[in-house]
Amino acid sequence: MSGDGSLDRLKRDGRIVVVGASLAGLRGAETLREEGFTGSLTMIGDEPYEPYDRPPLSKQILLGRATADHTLLPRRRAIDAEWRLGVPATGLDMAARRVRLGDGDEVEYDRLLIATGVRARPWPKEDEAELDGVFVLRTRDDAYALERSLAQSPRRVLVIGAGFTGSEIASACRERGIAVTVAERAAAPLVGALGGVIGAVAAELHHENGVDLRCGVMVTGLEGDSTGRVRTAHFSDGNSVEADVVVVALGATRNTEWLAGSGLGAGPRGIACDAGCRAFDIRGIVTDDIYVAGDVARSPHPLFGYQFLSLEHWGNAVSQAETAAHNMMSESADRRPHIWVPAFWSSQFGVNIKSVGVPTMGTEIVIAQGALNERRFTGVYGYQGRVIGAVTFDQSKWLQFYQQQIETTAPFPPPFPTVDRRLEGQHPRDADFPDPSVPTHGPTVTLSGYAPDDRRLTFTPARH
Amino acid sequence: MTQAILREILDYAHRANPYPLYEELRKTPVLHEADGPYVVSKYYDIQSLLHDPRVSSDARNLKSPAADPLAADAQEETALPPSFLRLDPPEHDRLRRMTNRPFGPPHSPRRVYDMHGELKDIVSGLIDGIDNPDRIDLVDQVSYPFPVTVICRVLGVPREDESRFHTWADTIAAGLDPAPDADREERDKIVHNARTELGMYLAGLIEERRKKPGDDMLSELASSHGPDGAMTTMEVLSTAALLLIAGHETTVNLITNGMLTLLRNPDVLGRLREDPKLSVPIVEELLRFEPPVQLVPQRTTLADIEVRGVTIPKGASLWLVLASGNRDPDRFDHPDRFDPERGDIQHLGFGSGIHSCFGAPLARLEAQLALSELARRLENPRLLEDPPPYRQNAVLRGPRHLPIACDGIRP
Repeated sequence: MSGDGSLDRLKRDGRIVVVGASLAGLRGAETLREEGFTGSLTMIGDEPYEPYDRPPLSKQILLGRATADHTLLPRRRAIDAEWRLGVPATGLDMAARRVRLGDGDEVEYDRLLIATGVRARPWPKEDEAELDGVFVLRTRDDAYALERSLAQSPRRVLVIGAGFTGSEIASACRERGIAVTVAERAAAPLVGALGGVIGAVAAELHHENGVDLRCGVMVTGLEGDSTGRVRTAHFSDGNSVEADVVVVALGATRNTEWLAGSGLGAGPRGIACDAGCRAFDIRGIVTDDIYVAGDVARSPHPLFGYQFLSLEHWGNAVSQAETAAHNMMSESADRRPHIWVPAFWSSQFGVNIKSVGVPTMGTEIVIAQGALNERRFTGVYGYQGRVIGAVTFDQSKWLQFYQQQIETTAPFPPPFPTVDRRLEGQHPRDADFPDPSVPTHGPTVTLSGYAPDDRRLTFTPARH
Repeated sequence: MTQAILREILDYAHRANPYPLYEELRKTPVLHEADGPYVVSKYYDIQSLLHDPRVSSDARNLKSPAADPLAADAQEETALPPSFLRLDPPEHDRLRRMTNRPFGPPHSPRRVYDMHGELKDIVSGLIDGIDNPDRIDLVDQVSYPFPVTVICRVLGVPREDESRFHTWADTIAAGLDPAPDADREERDKIVHNARTELGMYLAGLIEERRKKPGDDMLSELASSHGPDGAMTTMEVLSTAALLLIAGHETTVNLITNGMLTLLRNPDVLGRLREDPKLSVPIVEELLRFEPPVQLVPQRTTLADIEVRGVTIPKGASLWLVLASGNRDPDRFDHPDRFDPERGDIQHLGFGSGIHSCFGAPLARLEAQLALSELARRLENPRLLEDPPPYRQNAVLRGPRHLPIACDGIRP
């Protein structure tokens, strides 16, 4: 593809297929057009809806404040695509460059962008998962079903898992005045993503807002009544709780099953790709015609020791899709690496939580500004003497500074004074991430240094 | 030679068009000479420093205030405690949070939005009052009285007191912008008296509102039941004074600079006349192209900070030249072109970071309404003087008068 005119032909009348019609798929398609692609574009999505935004699903939608059309993603430009919505992709023939669809159809491509994302991890016991009143939350349909049942004033909601989604659901329930129990296997909410120091603050938020928070327990079983409606949940500590609604918030599973046997380096931890978003095959050889973006992708990041990062972050989906589409439309010398610095936000119990970098790599934390007990602070994570991540509670305007610190591998702990540095900001402490051998459901960043065809599901935050 | 640029920027002779000087300034992105301030003029550097927690807004951290050629002018004599504009967290955060509670989201998301109709009526009234279309001073007749009236309504100043309020505001504003030949002592005395009278008036009003609260900001500030409790009377006074002063001159300049720029770009003015919704991108581009606050002169470093290889030492005075960053060609294509249709207008006009303009949503709405109404109602408007006469002030830069004429006023 170097100067022989093949790129021009691809741009002019190539066939590009995008599998996954959510945020990454849409932004990728828009970027392709932006970059001058005039050939045929096919968008394949298993949900029947046009691309919509997911962050409001656990917030405004659950509060009953927004409706379906308010979650549609704004369009940057017309993409003039053929839409195949409501039809999942079921297989890939890499040699013949064909995607198989659930309705038996096949679509041929010259370039493929895979952005199939993740789905909610279901309750592992199938018969219990099928009880009325048991929900997961990932899609628009999930959100509306859950909202409808919250609107019927359940006596109690049980949320299983206190990661970001679980905590936001609990927050919405309390805002609606609904009694809620949260069961979390770890010692505190959000520990998987932010560690125990911050987790303790999150636990206080739950308590203050009237959440019945049970940490260090697992839900061992869900029990229904004679009509098949969930009634009771049993915990590993022998207790039980009566609940009309149970929301399973145990993290996500990557949508890669449809690629099984295709030869692509895809597995439960996502699809491995290079920093230019090109997918690896199972031999570890990079493909020329298959690109990956969004939650389903796993790519090496130079700032974080070239570890393969898979990020379930909104901003990552946008940035990676733009890079993938740009690279698809470029000669190799013009390609860009995907070097987006991880960042995410959450809104719960009236607090705006934001993070940059990779807190889970951090071994130490210092409260650089503000104070934990005021719930307004900036926590900075350190790893091997450098700044590796940061989190703010209601102080997001400082985050940009700490992102620059991460990007420039600035020393940790920060050696300079700042505004609003308190006594507790003088000394770093153990960030207190849980033992990686104890699985938690919640990290939104998972790190691994393994080869792309490695399919073992292991959780490996950096530890000293 | 570099010091000469600073002097030139402050020199009134360049008030009408300081932008070539800023271009010169950007050749030395961090400029420092002798005892002067460290002057930062490129977009990304300014943006970084506005978000840098090693930079303080608290004048008490300044090593030698005298070194700053603007320091004497900028800080007025006042017995009030510093407002949140001149404080660092956590005091800044507490006061700004309490002030925001009755003003913006999440607690008062409709305060500004609901003023839409009232603001439009005020602007319409001012345009109705234009008696001689052959010679209009846009400043005196529209852009100057408009924001004061709005502030009165926001604070909850009774209608019958508005004219007294205007008089005090006029005097204080004139004090901020002294004519070079005026008797300084006499001027200071007049301004001081106006401040004292205004302060006493507001103090009385606050006491009234404490007893009998309305739904205005003053009532809510004086009797807030939020988690931070209520402000002291001194804090309410200092905050009200900040809203008045910071929200006034700047908005006047935004509207005046806006009309001036539109009259210099008649095609854009024509499009605005056809489509009032264009006022939204027009005001954003104006905030980039002709920002009402040209530079932020009152920041101090708490530690040594390196910017582009230059170490700005602890305790130094910083000037962040927003208007220069807004014209930085490394950030904006064709920065000297007024183009409301550019897709990316992330200007520094309202600053950025924790001190980003508190009144921005209100200022935007005021400017959008004023400009779209002026475009709609003035028939064939044209400039009578270009450039118009400017105020002295190099920081809050804008025309003192904007003489225009038109063929008539549409209903």
